[in-house]
Amino acid sequence: MGRGPVGAPALIKYNDQSISAVTEIAAAAKDAMVLITTVTASDDSSTDFVHGTNDVVLDSTYPVYLFKFINIHPGTNDKEMHIYFTTDGTNWNASKTTTWFNAVHDAAETYTGGPAYNTNRDVQGTGAQTLTQSVGNENDESCSGEMWLFNPSSTTFVKHFLTHVSTKWEAGDAESDDFGAGYVNTTSAVTGVRFIFNSGNIDSCTFKLYGIKDS
Amino acid sequence: MALLNRQHIKLNNRGVRNATAFGSLNLGSMVFIKKLTSDGSDDDLSFVDGTSDVVLDDTYKEYIFLCNDIHPETDDGDFSFQGNAVGGSGYNETITSTYFRAYHNEDDDSTALQYLASKDQAQGTGFQILAQGMGNGNDECTSGYLHLFNPGSTTFIKHFTSRFNTYEGSNFSIDQFCSGYFNTTSAIDEIQFKMASDEIQGGTVSLYGIK
Repeated sequence: MGRGPVGAPALIKYNDQSISAVTEIAAAAKDAMVLITTVTASDDSSTDFVHGTNDVVLDSTYPVYLFKFINIHPGTNDKEMHIYFTTDGTNWNASKTTTWFNAVHDAAETYTGGPAYNTNRDVQGTGAQTLTQSVGNENDESCSGEMWLFNPSSTTFVKHFLTHVSTKWEAGDAESDDFGAGYVNTTSAVTGVRFIFNSGNIDSCTFKLYGIKDS
Repeated sequence: MALLNRQHIKLNNRGVRNATAFGSLNLGSMVFIKKLTSDGSDDDLSFVDGTSDVVLDDTYKEYIFLCNDIHPETDDGDFSFQGNAVGGSGYNETITSTYFRAYHNEDDDSTALQYLASKDQAQGTGFQILAQGMGNGNDECTSGYLHLFNPGSTTFIKHFTSRFNTYEGSNFSIDQFCSGYFNTTSAIDEIQFKMASDEIQGGTVSLYGIK
C-alpha cells in the first residue's frame, strides 16, 4: 500500500472514533486475485508479457497466473491466435505438448460441429499453440477468453496451462468454443508469454494479467 | 473490540491497536482462505470447516480449490476428491458426475477427445477422479481447479466443475473435465483430496471463497 491516507475518515474507527491519515493496510485484507498489468494492443505484431519488463510480474511471486484477453481483433481476416512461451525472455521456443478441441455453431443454424479434436491445432515441439482459429476482422468480430498458467517459476516440474476462448468466426457468423491445454516441457522457469496471430497484426485488444495469491 | 492488530493498520505510519470498526473498503471478491502443502508423504489433504482456519460453509456461495503441481507417489496415479456432509461420518457422499478428456502424446502419434465412463459416477459414493494417470517422474504432475457451488445450501444439491491438465505417466498431455453434483441437501463442510492409491508426494491445494 502506498504512502498517504488510503481511507476516508469514516472507513476505520479507533477507540470508536473515526480516524484519518491511514497509511497502510496489510496484505491480509486484500484481494487474492491481483491485477498485475493491463495491456492495450493497437496494431501490434504481438503482445508479449515478459517478467521484469513493462510492469510484468511472471515469477515466483504468485503460484498461479491468469491471463484475460478481451476482444482480440485481427488486422486481417481469418486469422489464428497463437501463444508461445519463453524461458529467457527473448527466444519464444519453449517446447510444449498440447491438446486442442472445439465446438462450432453458425448464426444461420445450418451447421454445428464437434466438440471435436483438431490435430492441426495442437503441438508437440516448439511450434505455435493455437488459442483460436478463423477470427474475423469485421468491425464487430473478435475473440475473447482466458489462460491459466500454473507455477511458471518451477525448476522442478513442467508448466501446465489451460485456455478457453470464444470466437466469432469470419465465416457464417459462427461461434466457436475453443479449449486448449498442455504443458511447457521444461524444468527451466517460464518467464514470458507471447500472444500473436499466425500473420498480420493485432489491431486491438485488452489483455489483463492477474496473479493469484496463496497466502 | 479490536478488529485488527497493529500489524494490519498503520496511522501516520505507526501501527495502531484497538481498531473498532472497519468500513466498506473494497477488499476484492476472491478471498484466500487456506493453503495445504504436501510434505511429500500425505495420505490426503483435507479441508474441514472450522479447523485450521478453513471456512467451508455458507459464508461464500462459491469456493475454488486451485491445485498446483500435484505429484504422486506411484506412477499413473489418479487424483481424486470427496465431500463429507455436516454431521456425516466419512468422505462418502453420493455423486453423479461426468468426465471427458482430450489427450496428445509426446511421440505425436496419439490424440483423442473422448468421454471416459470409467471415471464418472452414477449415484456413487467413491472418490471422484479429477485427474488421471499422472506420472511420478521428477518433472511430472497435474494442475487445475475445482469449483464448488453453494456447499452450505440445505435446499439444493451441490454442483462442482473442474478442469485439470496432467503430465501422464506414458508422456501424454491430458486435458480433463469433470463436473457433477453431490446428491444431498445436507450442507457439505469437508472436502478431501487424495490419490486413488498411495500418497500425494508434492504440490499444494489452495482454497478461495468467491464473494
